[in-house]
Amino acid sequence: MNETMNLLIGLAMGLNLLALGSNRLPTVIRAMAVQGMALGLMPLLIEGQLNWRVILVAVATVVGKGIVIPTLLRRAMRAANIDREMEPFIGFVPSLLLGAGGTIAAVGLARLLPLLPEHAGSLLVPGALASVLTGFVLLIGRAKAISQVCGYLILENGIYLFGLLLIHSTPLLVEAGILLDLTVGVFVIGIIVDRIQRAFDSLDTRKLTVLRE
Amino acid sequence: MMAMLEMLLRLALWVLLAPLLPGIINRVKAWVAGRRGPPVLQLYYDLARLWQRGVVLSTLASPGFVVGPAVAWVAVLGAALLLPLGPAGSVFGFPGDVLLMIYLLALARFCTAWAAMETGSAFEGMGAAREVSYAVLTEAAIVAAVLSLSVQTGSVTLVTMLAPGTGAGAVLLAAGLFVVLLAENCRVPFDDPNTHLELTMIHEAMILDHSGPPLAVILHGAALKLLFFAVLLTEAVLPVGRLTSAAAAAVLVGGVLVVTVGVGLVESLLARLAFRRVPLLLTTAFLLCLFALLMAWKGGAA
Repeated sequence: MNETMNLLIGLAMGLNLLALGSNRLPTVIRAMAVQGMALGLMPLLIEGQLNWRVILVAVATVVGKGIVIPTLLRRAMRAANIDREMEPFIGFVPSLLLGAGGTIAAVGLARLLPLLPEHAGSLLVPGALASVLTGFVLLIGRAKAISQVCGYLILENGIYLFGLLLIHSTPLLVEAGILLDLTVGVFVIGIIVDRIQRAFDSLDTRKLTVLRE
Repeated sequence: MMAMLEMLLRLALWVLLAPLLPGIINRVKAWVAGRRGPPVLQLYYDLARLWQRGVVLSTLASPGFVVGPAVAWVAVLGAALLLPLGPAGSVFGFPGDVLLMIYLLALARFCTAWAAMETGSAFEGMGAAREVSYAVLTEAAIVAAVLSLSVQTGSVTLVTMLAPGTGAGAVLLAAGLFVVLLAENCRVPFDDPNTHLELTMIHEAMILDHSGPPLAVILHGAALKLLFFAVLLTEAVLPVGRLTSAAAAAVLVGGVLVVTVGVGLVESLLARLAFRRVPLLLTTAFLLCLFALLMAWKGGAA
């Protein structure tokens, strides 16, 4: 069980790097969606036995992160008619190296943390830290609003992974609330992206810092 | 006497089998494209024909123009002899021979670049500059791969080092080494061996002014390097050393064939990358090897 879990988290870590290294927006969205789905399966693996609550959380996460949110983002992308190449503030190679360095540091750091013995061998904590870091790099290093949204969602994946440590004590309502918040957030961002596009004829967030009458 | 004989046998094996690989790759490419393609033995014919031709020497060129390819060929062959062949071991393995292997490869590259610069032509200089700037990144990946193998086994001798682990680490290492193989041998995502457009080629640009036997030596050296990396990749991923001789030979041949067909398929299905995207792919290869190192380190400590 632990092996499968580590494999899934390893996959998520690889997808982090793919999102950092890719210069195409659809690839980043797909990486984020696959990552969300992989992480959505985690509660099933952690819990071991199946009860309706775990299945509900897993299904909601997979559908929400893997299908609904990416569809919303793709629609926003199509509606705003933006070109798919991304313009980085931080170049692809430096951000890839940053992400890899962060991942290695996270693995190193997690060994020093006083974790519960059942979490010691798993990649849960390093994976969470690495995803959060990747999200930060994407948020800071990309100019387009949609890629920043992707960064935000990857960051949220990291937080979700961290939250899995507490799966036994988090009520279902909290998880459902988080997921709902996220979906609404992406929905709102989709609208905002459209507005930015209309006002500035571009989604380049650099233009938002210039004041105009 | 026996050791001498064995070494000669291995030399003959490496030298004679190497030109087969580009032939297989071309066959795969032709098959994917629906053409009949050149015969598998085409490179042997080319080499034989080139060997009988004369050499055109530039008045600018120093003896380095001819010596460079020869030294490069010997260096690659030396590195190949260091590689253990499954349970048979290597002919002259010694502690730390992996470092010699890396340096021999670097020496080969230096000599090819040197010979290219000897002509004084701008194209060769450009090709050499490109080759060397890619090499900086591939060498980082090779060093990371070697480190991961050495951390895994706690040894710096090739014979004991090439006892691969299993699982995700081996997959990462295989992917990383495959990209390194493509880059080192100037195959498609990095360089197109068929191109003759001066502005885009790398390896071909370096050897534009070579002719006759030196060109034959360079071509054979390139094929040898391809075989060397295919064997290295197979042995770094599959536990060839622990099998019986017959099984090891079969696995080695099968592994090299799979790698070769893989190169052919990559070449048929992918377009070459734009120059500015190449460092990204090479960095990815480096990171794959680095993560294999991380897995080895974590696995060793746990």
